[in-house]
Amino acid sequence: MSTLKPIVSKIDHIQGSDNASIEIVEYGDYECPACGDAYPILKEIEETFGHQIKFVFRNFPLQKAHQFAFEAAVCAEAAGLQNKFWEMHDALYENQYRIAEGIFEELAESIDLDLEKFKLDMDSSAVKDKIEKDFESGVRSGVNGTPSFYVNQAKFDGGVADLYQMLKESSE
Amino acid sequence: MLKKGSIAPDFELKATPDQNIKLKDFLGKNVILAFYPADWSPVCSDQMALYNEMLKYFTKHNAQIFGVSVDSSWCHLAFQQDRKLHFPLLADFEPKGEISKAYGVYDEEAGESKRALFVIDKEGKIAWSYLSPKGINPGADGILDALEELK
Repeated sequence: MSTLKPIVSKIDHIQGSDNASIEIVEYGDYECPACGDAYPILKEIEETFGHQIKFVFRNFPLQKAHQFAFEAAVCAEAAGLQNKFWEMHDALYENQYRIAEGIFEELAESIDLDLEKFKLDMDSSAVKDKIEKDFESGVRSGVNGTPSFYVNQAKFDGGVADLYQMLKESSE
Repeated sequence: MLKKGSIAPDFELKATPDQNIKLKDFLGKNVILAFYPADWSPVCSDQMALYNEMLKYFTKHNAQIFGVSVDSSWCHLAFQQDRKLHFPLLADFEPKGEISKAYGVYDEEAGESKRALFVIDKEGKIAWSYLSPKGINPGADGILDALEELK
């Protein structure tokens, strides 16, 4: 059984309550269609289970398969440096169908980022290192495709619909 | 299935319609063999896509990866181009499945290779092997752990 390595810490992007009993970690790629399909269902899970859920996103861009995956990950991390990681994360998935050259600044503008700082951070090697580290942690944790989910640190062998089902059953 | 400590059986297989790969030419380098059932099927594709992203990690460990299935070299070529794969796919095509059988990972019923991973050390010995359930992509964590132990 593969487990999450390293465990969730302050350097991660975390949504939801610290005291949540269920921790879901997604390894995802902003250009991956299956991750795009999972996005609204994850939102529904967060709404349904509220404070019981803590949701964490780690980057797993498949750069050779998806031309803009790495840049999109950089874009979300750069927004994170202005405390708007989740706004950008959502904007990227909501606009996944039109991800292409030039969209990143447009999205940055749409969520009111400081554009000068955003542009500098898009080139930052610290941001790129963070994404590489996320990727490596994914490989170590046994990620075998995107999206991959971990529930309370254990790899969940199934898609997002199976995840939803499992949570529903365990809360009954 | 061949286990740790066995000598990896040598082979010569087509990597492209006009290029052959001999295992013994890779003595002095670590080799990863990823046997998989078939080109184009969804799970394998994910598995090969993952290895494609990991080539720099394999290089760091002085390792060369090869995918192996019973598909022909022409089929491999089309699959490789379609998925932009940057590592060789070997055709265990004629006699069909001969090398998969030598490694003990041929599925007689399906007429395909099983989904199995081998890490072979610089002396040509099997350092690690793993058989994955057919529908499950085994990821790459086991490969990296095995390569790290070789240091």
